[in-house]
Amino acid sequence: MVANRERRVIVVGGGLAGLAAAVRVAESGIPVDLFSMVPVKRSHSVCAQGGINACNEVARQQGYSEYQHFDETIYGGDYLADQGPVLEMANWAPKVIDLLDRMGVPFNRTSEGMRDLRLFGGSLFKRTHFAGATTGQQLLYALDEQTRRYTSEGKINKYEFWEFLWPVTTGEGEDKRCVGIVAQDMRTMQIRAFRGDAVVMATGGNGLIFGKSTNSVICTGGAAARCYQAGAWYGNPEMIQVHPTAIPGADKCRLMSESARGEGGRVWVPRKKGDTRRGQDIPEGERWYFLEEKYPKYGNLVPRDIASREIFDVCVNQGMGVFGENQVYLDLTHKDPEYLTRKLGGIMEIYEKFAGEDPRYAPMRIFPAVHYTMGGLWTQFTPGTYDPSEPWGDHKPGMEAPTDAKPGRGMRIGAMNNAMTNIPGLYAFGEVNFAYHGATRLGANALLSCIFDGLFCGLGVANFVNEGPAAEAPAELVEQKVYDAAVESEQAKVRKLVDSAAGVGEQSDDVNPYMIGRELGIEMTAASTVVKTGERLQRCLAKLRELGERYSRVKLSDGAGWTNQSLSYTRAIGDMIVLAQAIAKGGLLREESRGSHYRLDFPERDDTRFLKTSVAVYDPSDADRCRIDWRDIDTRLVKPRARTYGKTESSPDAKTPTEKPAEAAAS
Amino acid sequence: MVAPSKPVTSKPDEVKPEMGRTVRFTIHRCDGPGKAARWESFDVPIEPGSNIISVLQYIAAHPVTIEGKRTTPVVWDSGCLEEVCGACTMVINGRVRQSCSCLIDHIAPRNGDEVTLEPMSKFPVVRDLWVDRERLFYNLRRVKAWVPIDGTYDLGAGPTENPDKQETRYKLSTCMSCGCCLEACPQFNLEEDPEHWDSAFIGAHAISQARLFNEHETGKQLKRDRLDELMGPGGVSDCGNAQNCVKVCPKEIPLTESIGAMGRAVTIHSLARFFAGKK
Ligand SMILES: Cc1cc2nc3c(=O)[nH]c(=O)nc-3n(C[C@H](O)[C@H](O)[C@H](O)COP(=O)(O)OP(=O)(O)OC[C@H]3O[C@@H](n4cnc5c(N)ncnc54)[C@H](O)[C@@H]3O)c2cc1C
Ligand code: SF4
Ligand code: SF4
Ligand code: FES
Repeated sequence: MVANRERRVIVVGGGLAGLAAAVRVAESGIPVDLFSMVPVKRSHSVCAQGGINACNEVARQQGYSEYQHFDETIYGGDYLADQGPVLEMANWAPKVIDLLDRMGVPFNRTSEGMRDLRLFGGSLFKRTHFAGATTGQQLLYALDEQTRRYTSEGKINKYEFWEFLWPVTTGEGEDKRCVGIVAQDMRTMQIRAFRGDAVVMATGGNGLIFGKSTNSVICTGGAAARCYQAGAWYGNPEMIQVHPTAIPGADKCRLMSESARGEGGRVWVPRKKGDTRRGQDIPEGERWYFLEEKYPKYGNLVPRDIASREIFDVCVNQGMGVFGENQVYLDLTHKDPEYLTRKLGGIMEIYEKFAGEDPRYAPMRIFPAVHYTMGGLWTQFTPGTYDPSEPWGDHKPGMEAPTDAKPGRGMRIGAMNNAMTNIPGLYAFGEVNFAYHGATRLGANALLSCIFDGLFCGLGVANFVNEGPAAEAPAELVEQKVYDAAVESEQAKVRKLVDSAAGVGEQSDDVNPYMIGRELGIEMTAASTVVKTGERLQRCLAKLRELGERYSRVKLSDGAGWTNQSLSYTRAIGDMIVLAQAIAKGGLLREESRGSHYRLDFPERDDTRFLKTSVAVYDPSDADRCRIDWRDIDTRLVKPRARTYGKTESSPDAKTPTEKPAEAAAS
Repeated sequence: MVAPSKPVTSKPDEVKPEMGRTVRFTIHRCDGPGKAARWESFDVPIEPGSNIISVLQYIAAHPVTIEGKRTTPVVWDSGCLEEVCGACTMVINGRVRQSCSCLIDHIAPRNGDEVTLEPMSKFPVVRDLWVDRERLFYNLRRVKAWVPIDGTYDLGAGPTENPDKQETRYKLSTCMSCGCCLEACPQFNLEEDPEHWDSAFIGAHAISQARLFNEHETGKQLKRDRLDELMGPGGVSDCGNAQNCVKVCPKEIPLTESIGAMGRAVTIHSLARFFAGKK
C-alpha cells in the first residue's frame, strides 16, 4: 500500500507564489490541489505595476552584480532579514526573468529587441524589468497559463472559490506535522477536509486590517492568522510598508507605482503654504522638491518608508500639503506624453479614470497608503555554502563581490526546511513568508520573492514528500477521525455565526461586523503606520481588546446557507483582530526605529537590543492573545551599517534652485 | 518647466456632481440557482469619489430597502478595485462594465438620480450580481492559451522580440477575462451545461488569445491545434461580425482585428489541410 500510495501537495493561494509553487511541484510529478478564494487569474498579484528586479548584463557592465542586489536588499530592509535566503534570491533573479521570458511575458523591449530596464527605489542602477505598468498582471497571466496547461493534463486540480479555514495537524511537539487543510466552498458553503503530504500557504498580505490600502479585497491576512492561531509563529508582525504614492479613494487607495518616479516623476509641494494656484501654473522656482533637496543622491527614489515619512512630515507636521490638504504632487508633466503612455500607460489610465485628470498634463495628487506586509509566517532555511569568516562591509559598485552567484551559496538547494514554518509540512511562500524584506521591502523585489519561493523552495516541498517525513508517514495513512474532528470544529464556528443572524432584526453598530471592520481599519491606520509611539500603541491595544469583545457578540446580517459572503467577511474580521494585536504588540515592544517601523519616542535603530526578529506566538491566555519572542538573525554575511541614503537638510524657504536629477532633465 | 496645457478638457454635456446627494440604486437580486428573482431599491448617500463598490459596501453595512425592510447584503464579485482583475463586471444602467471603475459622479451626478444594477446574462447566476464565469476560462483551454515551454529549469532567455511586436502582444495580453465582450456578443449565449461548451461559440476573448499565442515564437508550436479548434463548431466562423465586443472591451483590445486575423489564418489552415488530404 505504501509503495504506490497517492502523494499530494496542497497549495493555498493562486497568486504568483502559489502558482509558481504549483507548477514546480506538479512538474516534479506530484499532483497538486490548488485552492484560491478567487479564480487564480484574479489574484492580488495582478495589481503589481512597476516591475521585477534582477541583475542584468547592462547593469553588470556598469559595476552592478547579484551581490550588489543582495546588499541593497539587506540595507533597504535595515538588516532585519536573515541574510542567507536574500543572497540566494538575488542570485536566482536573472534565472527567474529568463524563465518568465520563455513563458511569453511581453517584457518591454529596446530597439534591438532586448529586455528594457528602468530605475527603481533603493538602487542607482537600472535593474527592474517590466511589462508596461502592469507587470504583475503579465507575470501572473504567464503562470496562470502554465497552470491551465497542467490542469488540462490533470496534474493540477484547481479549487477556485474555496476558502482555506484551518490547517489539519497530527502529533504534538517534535512529532507535530501538517497533513492537510479544511476548506469551504464559497458558493455551496460545503466544508470539507483535504489530505496533503505538505501544505504550502501562499495567501499574500494583510492590507485590509488597515481598512483602505492598495491591496485587493481578499488581502485580509485571514489565512495567515488561522495558521498562527493553530500554532505557526508569525515573524516581524509590526513591519508594514506604507507606500508614499497612492490616490485616496472611497473604497481603497489606488497605487501610483514607484515606476512613475523611476521614469522621472518628481515629488513636490508649492513653497508657499496654501498656494491656491493649480499645480501646472506654479513656476519652477516656487516648487519645493523636498525629496531631491534632502536626498541629493537618491532623490525621488529613496526607499518607501523614507519617502512616506517625508511626505507625512511635509503635510501633517508642516502643513505644507497641496491646497492645505494631506496630499503632495507627483509630477510627470515634463515628460513626453507619448513616452508616458508607452512606459506607464496602465497607471496613467488608473489615475485618469479614478481622479478624473490626465496626469500627462496635470501633476497627480497623492498621499501615502498601506501597501505591503513585510512580516508574515515565520520560516526556516538551511544555510548555503557561502560562509565568510567575517561579515563583509559596505559593498561599492564595481568592487569584486566576496562570493560568486552560483546556486546554493545562500540557501541549500532542495533543503526540506527552506521556507517551512515551525510546523513541519506547513510552508509559507510569497508575501505571507516573512523572510526576505526585513523592515522595508524595496520596490520590485516582491514579485521576485514570490516566484523565487515557488521555484526554489518548491523543490524542498517535493523532497519533503518524496524522501522526507511525508514519505515515511504519508497523509493517506492518517486516521480519518483527525480530519473529521477538524471539519467538525470549523462547522461549529460557522454555526455560531449563522445562528447570530437568526431573526434578523435591529443590528446595532456595536455588533455589526462591517462597523467593527471599519473601526479596526481606522484605529490601525492611526496607531500603527508611518509614525508610532508607545503611548498610542497602548491605546490601540486597548481598542483592539474592545473590538475583540464586541466581535465575540457579533451579529451577522445574512444567515443564508448559499453563497454567504457576509459569513466569510465576518469570519475574517475575527482573524484580523487577532493579527492586529500581534502587529500592535510587536510595534510596542520594538523600542527602536528600523526601516518602516518608526517610533517617535525611540527614533534610533538599536542593534544591541533589537537586531532580532520579533516572533509572535499565539497565546489565548494573554490579554492581547499574543506573546513576543526575540530570535537572532543570520548576520554572517554583511555587517550592519547606518541606513541614511545620504540625507542632508532642506526647508521650503531655501530657494536654491535644485539641480534636477539626470532622468528628469533629459526631456 | 511648466506643463503644456491639455488639448481637450471637460466635455460640454458633463454635469457637475451635486455634493451631499442621495442616489437610488435598484438591484436585480436572486438568492441562488432556481430561486425567484426580485428587484430591491436602496437610497445611498454619496461621498466624493464613490463608485459602485463603495455603494455596495454601504448597502452591506446598512441593508435596508427604500420601503424600510431589512434585507441581506448584496452578493457581488470583486478583487483589485482598480480595473485590472476583471472580477467585478456587471450590467450598470443597461451597459456591461466594471463596477469598480464606475464612478457615481459620472453616472448619477444629481440628487435623486437612479442607477440599476444587474448580473451579466450570459453566465449562470450564483447569487445576486455574482455569476459563474467558468466557461470563459474553459474556452481558454480550448485554444491552448499558453506557451509550451520545456519546464521551469534554467534554460536561458526566451526569444528576442522587436518593440512593435511586443506592443501588439502586450495589448492582447492585457485581456483580464472580464466577460464584457461575451455579454455584448449576439452569438454568445447562456449555456449552463458544460457538455455543450465544446461546440458553443468560443467568444472574442478566446479568439484574441489564440492570436496572442500564435504570435509568440514558442507559442507558435501549438498553432495548428489552435486553428483546428477555431475551425470547428463554435469557432471563428460563428462570429457574425456585429462588432459589439470591441466597443465594450474596457482594455480596448483590438478584438475585430484579432477575429479578422484568425479568420484568415483558419482559411489558410483549412486549405492546407484540404491539400494534405486531411479535411
Ligand atoms: C498595487 C500594488 C502594486 C504592486 N507592485 C509591485 C511591483 O511593481 N513589484 C513588486 O515586486 N511587487 C509589487 N507589489 C507587491 C506584490 O504584488 C505582492 O507582494 C505579490 O503579488 C504577492 O503575491 P502572493 O503570491 O504572495 O499573493 P497574492 O497575489 O496576494 O495571492 C494570494 C492568493 O491567496 C489566496 N487566498 C488568500 N486567502 C485565502 C484563503 N483563506 N483561502 C484560499 N485562498 C486564499 C487568494 O485567493 C490568492 O489567490 C505590489 C502590490 C500592490 C498592492
Ligand atoms: S464581432 Fe463576433 S465576437 Fe464580436 S460581438 Fe460580434 S459576433 Fe460577437
Ligand atoms: S477581450 Fe476585453 S472585454 Fe473581453 S474578456 Fe478580455 S478584457 Fe474583457
Ligand atoms: S475589482 Fe478588479 S476589475 Fe473591478
